[in-house]
Amino acid sequence: MSSTVIEVRTAPHLHSGRSVDQIMRNVVYALLPMCFYSVWLFGISAAALIATTTAACVLIEYWSCRASGREASIGDFSAAITGLLLGLTLPPGLPLWMAVVGAFIAIAPGKMIFGGLGFNVFNPALVGRAFLQAAFPTAITTYTPALAMHRFSEFIPTTLAIPFLKAAPLKDWIAQVRIDGFTGATPLMLQKFDHVTTDPWTLFIGTRAGSSGESSALLILLCGAYLIARKMMDWRIPAAMLLGAIITGGAYYLSDPVKYPSPLFVLFSGGLMLGALFMATDPVASPVTPRGMWIYGLLMGLITVLIRFEGGLAEGVMYAILLGNALSPLIDRLTQPRTYGEGKRMFAKELAAK
Amino acid sequence: MPLMEFFTGKHLDRGLHVPEHKDLTSHLPIRRLPFAPVLVVPLSQHAGAPAIPIVHEGQEVVRGEPIAKAGGFVSVPMHAPATGRVTKIALAPSARGDLSTAIYITPYSAASQEILYGAPQDIANMTPAEIVQAVQNTGVVGLGGAAFPTHVKLKVPEGKTVDTVVVNGCECEPYLTTDHRVMLEQPKQVLQGARIAMRALGAKKAVIGIEDNKLDAVDALRDAAEGSTDITVEAVPAKYPQGAEKMLVKVLLGREIPSGGLPADVGLAVFNVATLAQIGELLPHRQGLIERVVTITGPGVRKPGNYLVALGTPLRWALQQADCSDQLSSVILGGPMMGAAAGSLDIPITKGVTGILALTHKQVNGHSRIYPCIHCAACVDVCPIHLNPSHLGMLARKDRYEEMETDYHLKDCFECACCSYVCPSHIPLVQYFRVAKQMNRERKARA
Repeated sequence: MSSTVIEVRTAPHLHSGRSVDQIMRNVVYALLPMCFYSVWLFGISAAALIATTTAACVLIEYWSCRASGREASIGDFSAAITGLLLGLTLPPGLPLWMAVVGAFIAIAPGKMIFGGLGFNVFNPALVGRAFLQAAFPTAITTYTPALAMHRFSEFIPTTLAIPFLKAAPLKDWIAQVRIDGFTGATPLMLQKFDHVTTDPWTLFIGTRAGSSGESSALLILLCGAYLIARKMMDWRIPAAMLLGAIITGGAYYLSDPVKYPSPLFVLFSGGLMLGALFMATDPVASPVTPRGMWIYGLLMGLITVLIRFEGGLAEGVMYAILLGNALSPLIDRLTQPRTYGEGKRMFAKELAAK
Repeated sequence: MPLMEFFTGKHLDRGLHVPEHKDLTSHLPIRRLPFAPVLVVPLSQHAGAPAIPIVHEGQEVVRGEPIAKAGGFVSVPMHAPATGRVTKIALAPSARGDLSTAIYITPYSAASQEILYGAPQDIANMTPAEIVQAVQNTGVVGLGGAAFPTHVKLKVPEGKTVDTVVVNGCECEPYLTTDHRVMLEQPKQVLQGARIAMRALGAKKAVIGIEDNKLDAVDALRDAAEGSTDITVEAVPAKYPQGAEKMLVKVLLGREIPSGGLPADVGLAVFNVATLAQIGELLPHRQGLIERVVTITGPGVRKPGNYLVALGTPLRWALQQADCSDQLSSVILGGPMMGAAAGSLDIPITKGVTGILALTHKQVNGHSRIYPCIHCAACVDVCPIHLNPSHLGMLARKDRYEEMETDYHLKDCFECACCSYVCPSHIPLVQYFRVAKQMNRERKARA
């Protein structure tokens, strides 16, 4: 023992054992069931889309780390999450080359330019998607039916479109796969432009057209519940966002129950569930203060519904979250919690002033 | 928030549950450790001015005899921990890593080591000022780890009144069981000490707060306090860092000590149970503090226990008595959350050492990779002071130390280390804050 060399470190000498890569890995686990369900609904096109975005995101992050001389950060799984999320938010028949463009925008300007994980201002997947929405407005609003025939043996024709060439119109293909009455619209589009409301149960289990991973509210809730139960996701942000959407949707519904759908439809349609549980909760771009989280969530729920009902777009989740991301530093600043003993100190100051 | 407390009962709203590891030693009665061949009594074992030696080299001392007098009001005397000879007064390594003056005593192995020094005194008829003086003479300091001279806290600050004495029996640090054993084995002394404190402060009542992982201690103190109306014993749900006085007074009484203030600002004085037990034990006999209970524990020792250790016992000797492993990787003085790692095994055990935690190479894994902050808010959710450690950490990395203090309440941080414990990015947040505070102190000193 006389020769023992003891190590000096600073307290604390214990750690919870949590680590960033462990949390991120579990987010990947939580996203996988949604990916599989998407493949079941939309077939090999969805599989190709999600695989493409994920591989592209990881590779682009790897290359940008190399290019900037930094240690490769793909081991923290955050690039994989961005890729999976991007794939899940895109229409299953989106041309793969566009998906690669989206992945590039998400990772390079969306994340690495700011300094990589922890420094991005916006959720990278949504940055990529927003770019695609602006650049390819038609492709990104072209939806294909769920449970189409032959979905496991052939691609949706648009999937393999050649870059910068006009893709074959989907009309023939949709007629061919024989989905009765399918108009190529999502439940939100049907509701907004044709005033046809899809029943909540279909929305809940997700057998409907839409982005590849947004369809089943039930599955998304289950996957989110896994992360919340493992304390790897904050329940307050999704709760606040869904609550904000219900309140705003409810107010519209009460004002005119004929024109506006029920809050239940608002809750289960579109990308609200996926956005609230897996996009808005991106810790990097959301507030850290308890009150801030509620304000951030409620605000995003409100804006989502406002865009849906008042704006020109059928869906508003993406812009709502991006706006929320932009506001989160400000929200954090304005909602700094009152620290222990602070009130009394101000009182003492006043006393001293007297 | 009285409404919230009505719904939720008394509990700590932030903080966290850390694996306790207290079962290693909590059932083991206090046992005396043999005297080391040489005892090293530093003159500065407490907060405040160092004591001034009143013995000379070669002098023979008897156990309990004063060997150094207080160096001022915020200072305490030292007493000989053993009958023996003063071999030298020289520099010795200290827990902080620097050298400080100490009195070296070689105990006589043939001596009976009975405490002959002391004389009875009638506490019942002492004035508060006399009690303060008598407590200073015992050399007792905060035995919960802070080592702040206790008599200073027994003097009510000018213009303030103290209505309640809060007795801290939380011992929320993992591994430590000294307070637990003291409460079990010396409940009468704890109550005696609390009554002395109440008399000195003019307080009408005392509340003893104990975490509910020590219900046997709650029972022991309740039994001892049976029939008295002025002292109550309360069990509070265990949670780290409830043993911090700011936290405990909020949980027990709903009072908040103002930022930068003292418990007396809200009519309170807070003492650790072991401190009061020593006052209750020593004061009636006019004796001095010469030993303390130390939990020696952890995977690095084969005979963990709660040991009564003579002050000045070298760390190495204490570890050897507990049959330590020869694979020690690090030795921590105090608990694992706030305790400092010892830089050397030659430092002596002083009044503020609550525990010795010996870790082997198995427990200390390689340096974890530090990731950037991902703003997960885990630190914000555990900070008992409601600070924003995530943002403070970001400011610290940019050397914006002043802003941390002026805008983000850095000074209120008491370094409980909850933020570092939960951080999934392994950012050494509390260490950043220690550095930031030090930088701010240095900047002010220069100004």
